[in-house]
Amino acid sequence: MEIMEGSRAVAEAVKACRPNVIAAYPITPQTHIVEEIARMVADGELASEYVRVDSEHSAMSVCVGASATGARTYTATTSQGMALMHEVLFNAAGLRLPIVMTAANRSLSAPINIWNDQQDTVSERDSGWIQLYAEDTQEASDMIIQAYKIAEDHDILLPVMVGMDGFILTHVHEPVELCPQEKVDDFLPSYDPAYYLTPKNPLSFGTIVYPSTYTEFRYMIHEAMKRAERKIIDVASDFRDKFGRHYGGLIDTYEAEDAEVLIMAMGSVIGTAKDAVDELRSDGKKVGIVKVRCYRPFPAEAISEAVKNAKAIAVLDKNISLGYEGALYTDVKSALYNENGPLALGFILGLGGRDITKNTIKSIAEKAQKAIKSGRVEKDSEFVDVGVL
Amino acid sequence: MQEELFAPGHRGCAGCGAAIAARLILKGSGKDVIIVSPTGCLEVISSPYPESAWKVPWIHSLFENAAAVASGVEVALKSLGRKDEAKVIVIGGDGATIDIGIGALSGMLERGHDITYICYDNEAYMNTGIQRSSSTPYGASTTTSPAGKVSFGENRPKKNLPAIAAAHGIPYVATASIAYPKDVIKKVKKAISIEGPKYLQIHAPCCTGWGFDGSKTIEIGRLAVETALFPIYESTEGKVTSVKKVKRKPVEEYLKAQRRFSHLFKIEGGEEELKKIQDIADSNAKQFGLDQ
Repeated sequence: MEIMEGSRAVAEAVKACRPNVIAAYPITPQTHIVEEIARMVADGELASEYVRVDSEHSAMSVCVGASATGARTYTATTSQGMALMHEVLFNAAGLRLPIVMTAANRSLSAPINIWNDQQDTVSERDSGWIQLYAEDTQEASDMIIQAYKIAEDHDILLPVMVGMDGFILTHVHEPVELCPQEKVDDFLPSYDPAYYLTPKNPLSFGTIVYPSTYTEFRYMIHEAMKRAERKIIDVASDFRDKFGRHYGGLIDTYEAEDAEVLIMAMGSVIGTAKDAVDELRSDGKKVGIVKVRCYRPFPAEAISEAVKNAKAIAVLDKNISLGYEGALYTDVKSALYNENGPLALGFILGLGGRDITKNTIKSIAEKAQKAIKSGRVEKDSEFVDVGVL
Repeated sequence: MQEELFAPGHRGCAGCGAAIAARLILKGSGKDVIIVSPTGCLEVISSPYPESAWKVPWIHSLFENAAAVASGVEVALKSLGRKDEAKVIVIGGDGATIDIGIGALSGMLERGHDITYICYDNEAYMNTGIQRSSSTPYGASTTTSPAGKVSFGENRPKKNLPAIAAAHGIPYVATASIAYPKDVIKKVKKAISIEGPKYLQIHAPCCTGWGFDGSKTIEIGRLAVETALFPIYESTEGKVTSVKKVKRKPVEEYLKAQRRFSHLFKIEGGEEELKKIQDIADSNAKQFGLDQ
């Protein structure tokens, strides 16, 4: 166990996975990750090709070319960089390339703001990338190793992005246990591509597909996504067997068994919520947590099972589908639509780096309890602590 | 050289200059290559799933990222110890290369990747229906720079990408035309034999977009060179090392054979525009010393 910055913990995990190719373009708050990896390459600790690209669009495109040639690839980005990658993200998934990327979650402009929310990755939820969200730096680090294992499985062959909240996790110093190299080598053998570019077997990648077959290709990607649900759970438990740490499969729960109110969220806010729940519990309030670890594929079944005995759920979204509500809230309600499930309340909060405190969580739990008492939800979706400029 | 690595049966128009370019490039490169193509005519005509005209490994990703994808292919080969397995070549149109992909191309050139980037230049967005690109020549009528009552068509000269590529100080820049097949093959062979980033721009007339009969593709291509509107030369580290001298013909001979310039011969003031185009040719001839 060593105290280190979150970005370094991620860089160390990337190094342990021995990627062939790393593409890097700087953007706050992702920079410390690619700087640390650059240092590792410069010091000869990591024998990767490190490509200092001209944009995030090129970063993902370098990963596409390298992955299609049979290389293990890594990049990291956030916010505007993620948005600039947008079309390449869809392309990488459609080409079935197991690229792994860290997303140092940050808000989107305008107004420009460099701090944390999850609008960047949530806006890419339909891209065909598996999306995992880390609660703390240890998980953000360990998830990299899990991500390659999931992505490169021949039943899956999809890219994976690991979301870690910008600054809150990328820049925090916490005790982290790094995975020993020989154990990682054993857990994650070198990439064995199913198909790759080589004159020995000249294949065409990325051909034009007509209306007669396009749907079938999309269907196959979707089916791979569905298969990934089982794979994510299995890889998490294999990881526990090997390294002794487990963060749940698609979801995780905390004090959920007898909970009347369940708070649902993704990412680092879960840590704050756990502290709040501990205090609420000591006051005798039956509040628990469902941590959504995997947002795509969306764990609809796991969620409806986890909340079936609760009376109300409060969904926290660090994003907003402008003109509607938080994306996680929409998805959770959709999962429960035919289930006669608990009352549901949605909260938009933590945008652009605004702190979410224990008291915020407590007041949300209180609102949920009020709804239980009155048997109705007053406000379906609301902004938390919003002022008027 | 006898072997055809770009197979017949592709969906190009009869007389397609881009398809001729692809065929000649592969004759020059041989089979130990990995080809990257951006979105465009060549990609569409050559890869109708489940068929492919490519007998060599080929990847198409997106429109503006071929140079970056190729960069990834090249570093992957290096990292995997497979560098001797294949030369990396991009074959892309002028829209993908000179407009939307210029940032990625510049990145590829300045980073020093061992890649040959080849632009087949047909001087407009042909795949989407003959819209103007920055490589469209002065005076050409396209669907987004149409000649009209108050317009002579495209009002800007061709962007000079070979010069921009050369400004990166790369070891080899060359222009060529499909009208001179041996020259294309020779330059491709030369380019892939040189370590580092190379840029080739191959003039590839488009019968559909330019408005001439598909049997005249080579003839039109030759006229572009003979009028000095498309100078053929090589340069190394920014210095011109060879030029193809021509017995110059007036630009009208080239222009009048194509529908895209036909308005210049019909409308009032057209003569003045023809003169401006002749000036462009004269300036090229002077700059490169093209006159025999």
